[in-house]
Amino acid sequence: MINNSEKIPKWIHENSRVLDLGCGEGQLLAQLIRTHNIDGLGLELDPDKISICLTQGLSVIQHDLNRGLPNFNDQQFDTVVMTQTLQAIRRPDTLLEEMLRVGQEAIVTFPNFAFLRNRIQLGIYGHMPVNPQLPHPWYNTPNIHLSTFTDFEDLCKNLVIRILDKDTSDLSGRHTLLGRIWPNIFGEVAMYRLTKEL
Amino acid sequence: MPKTLGVIKPTLVAFEEPIELSRGGRLSRYDLIVETYGNLNADKSNAVLVCHALSGNHHAAGFYDGETKPGWWDHYIGPEKSIDTDLFFVVSLNNLGGCSGSTGPLSTNPETGEPYGPEFPEITVDDWVHTQARLADSLGIVRFAAVVGGSLGGMQAMQWAINYPERIGAAVIIAAAPRLTAQNIAFNEIARQAIVRDPNFHKGHYNKHGTLPISGVGLARMIGHITYLSDISMGEKFGRDLPRADHDSDGANFAIEQYLRYQGQQFSERFDANTYILMTRALDYFDPMDKKKKGLADLLRPANSKFLVLSFSTDWRFSPSRSEEIVEALVQANRQVSYARLESVHGHDAFLIPNPIYERIFESFMNRLHSELGAINSDQ
Repeated sequence: MINNSEKIPKWIHENSRVLDLGCGEGQLLAQLIRTHNIDGLGLELDPDKISICLTQGLSVIQHDLNRGLPNFNDQQFDTVVMTQTLQAIRRPDTLLEEMLRVGQEAIVTFPNFAFLRNRIQLGIYGHMPVNPQLPHPWYNTPNIHLSTFTDFEDLCKNLVIRILDKDTSDLSGRHTLLGRIWPNIFGEVAMYRLTKEL
Repeated sequence: MPKTLGVIKPTLVAFEEPIELSRGGRLSRYDLIVETYGNLNADKSNAVLVCHALSGNHHAAGFYDGETKPGWWDHYIGPEKSIDTDLFFVVSLNNLGGCSGSTGPLSTNPETGEPYGPEFPEITVDDWVHTQARLADSLGIVRFAAVVGGSLGGMQAMQWAINYPERIGAAVIIAAAPRLTAQNIAFNEIARQAIVRDPNFHKGHYNKHGTLPISGVGLARMIGHITYLSDISMGEKFGRDLPRADHDSDGANFAIEQYLRYQGQQFSERFDANTYILMTRALDYFDPMDKKKKGLADLLRPANSKFLVLSFSTDWRFSPSRSEEIVEALVQANRQVSYARLESVHGHDAFLIPNPIYERIFESFMNRLHSELGAINSDQ
């Protein structure tokens, strides 16, 4: 599991209203409530995970993100967070637009398909990458829309989304020197803070 | 073997002060029959009100002496169950206008000395919530930790959150809707027509004529029952099976016919026709938005409670999309809401039927509420 606990909180404002897409067992929301006193809401598909959220007193709504976010008003949240889910969505572009419709800012994390290990597995050995970052075989993976940092930034440009901050790290959230110099080769996990505002 | 509450005895609570009803009627006095489970704690903060649905009553859990059939929600109320009676003090009543012991059409009108019958005043969900609040007063309960209900019971929980935001910690709204659709009202109207067209109904004065509209009430129940089940659950249970030979088939050609006739027969023996008409009207008229001329989100904005909304995948009487209307309004009103659309083949009746994930979600929410009770008190 990718560790988001360090960077994401730095991008969240105190007392803000946060929507967590694919909140899982609610670790991030629970942490942000403790440290930033946020007003948090999670969306999650798995009822077992919803039950775990409820034992912590979190608010969580069962929802399939492929349906977009039609139940939310424009700019209802300060920040909409989605960690390691973008690549599993049927239409990442429309969901990104939705995130920035209902929230002033969005925080998105996803695995970098152009990470060196993936390049070696695909480019030299000729196999779709299977590794700790992308553990599923090609025929049975939730990750149907893998992309690279460069691809993602191109998409943001097309959608007129402004990148406020970005961060690259390895799976455990550590920053490497090479990752800083050549993120699209040495960065394993991408984390972006985005807005539609100019 | 799951734990059970054991033998339960109801209590009759008398209210001698008059009540003005929201559709213009008035009662000079009334009784409510009540069951309670578990113990009220010292600061009286652990009370949970359970509201019943259309044909329910106060006997929600445990057993009556000598009986083998438990209350209607026994699977969800009891020691270590979703509403854990080791933690909570549960209050369950038969609503005003009912026929299970609370004042209703079968009761004697003190002004005439005769049963109210069809003259019993019209009742609304608002009136039920009002009388439930009076019941809470009489028990010394200032604030319910939660008000919980399925179907029409869920509508009462929602009305509680609107009417008494300071007196409710959480509303659990299960298999409900913000108001009825034309199709919902249509089913209720067919059920009422089945009753009023029974020659034994005598415009509601069947007691005076020494008759009972058994066939009308039975038919009303058969119609209602179909809407509580799903095509899948009826298919699984009966399919195209022939009537069971060990039961009276009464000319039925298929098992489903025999089953519906049996359900209708059983119901008509225990349920009063005037009450059925009264309760279905309360359901039809339920529309918290109409009275205040507000959208649902605006109406729910003053609510202070947490909300848990649950729906069931094959429920077509109050489908998941109806529950999602409530959730959407609560989200827009920035209320604390959790929601799950639970998988079940059992249609609307799913809210009464054992279902592990439903139990787990319900229990997680309730147990957390209990753990927060101390924190609420120390804040005040």
